[in-house]
Amino acid sequence: MLIQLVSSVSESATAGTPVSMADILHVLFSAFSILSILAGLFFVLGGTLGVLRLPDFFTRLHAAGMTDTLGAELIILGLVIQAGFSQMSLKLLFVAFFLLITSPTATHAVAAAAYQAGLQPLLGRYRAPEPGEETKQ
Amino acid sequence: MRFILILAAALAIYWTGLSGYFKPMLISLGIISILLVLGLVHRMKIMDGETAPYGNMHRTLYYSVWLFREIVKANVEVVKAVMSPELEVSPTLVKVPTRPTTDIGKTMFANSITLTPGTVSMEIGEKEILVHALLEPMSASEGFDEMSARSAWSVGEPLDRARLM
Repeated sequence: MLIQLVSSVSESATAGTPVSMADILHVLFSAFSILSILAGLFFVLGGTLGVLRLPDFFTRLHAAGMTDTLGAELIILGLVIQAGFSQMSLKLLFVAFFLLITSPTATHAVAAAAYQAGLQPLLGRYRAPEPGEETKQ
Repeated sequence: MRFILILAAALAIYWTGLSGYFKPMLISLGIISILLVLGLVHRMKIMDGETAPYGNMHRTLYYSVWLFREIVKANVEVVKAVMSPELEVSPTLVKVPTRPTTDIGKTMFANSITLTPGTVSMEIGEKEILVHALLEPMSASEGFDEMSARSAWSVGEPLDRARLM
């Protein structure tokens, strides 16, 4: 989509028609929103990897927290830019706001429940086992 | 009474923001639901500055900008730790003293801790919060001191400048 936009602008530039400011702004905004969504996806990927790789319940919570903060917020930021100045972006901002309030509350509830139920967190240094090494569980 | 009016205004803004229609029927439905909510809140007797925490909006906004910067920094650290092939982590439990004295201040502080990746608040006591940190440097008390002072300020408690610097 970005490539299409850039090529349409450059076409109109080579065709001799003047490139309007609005076109350039449009390309800039699209590029920024795409970048933001991609960065959000990167953090979601990081969170997923963390949930899979980290050793115990509590450390996995941290990775999950990463997807709800920067991951979700950056994706929503990108979508807000796509939606422009409209009611849709207001709703998206509401979603972002409620995510920021509810996700730590839920994370805390889960962590507190596990801790009170007696799940002992793994403490001290941990590193990933070498391939083929026995994992002790 | 003041808080009821503030809550009503906030709910009305929220309703119009979500609906975006100004037909008489929809507006009256909105008014009915706002009245219902106000009635419920009144009956539950939970109406105070914590149910309608809109008096310190400017401070909370300022705080959230600062918090967002912290979140970005912590996210980058956690992503680095998780994506490195060795996966070097050092989970730590630490007790953090809380500065905020009000319930909403404590909630703000505990939620800020949880919102920052790499630290999760596990148990909230009267004077301190038990925090689980993913990387040992994250459990250093200076970072928590600053966040605690700032979150206390963001809900309207007086600012302690000495703690910030």
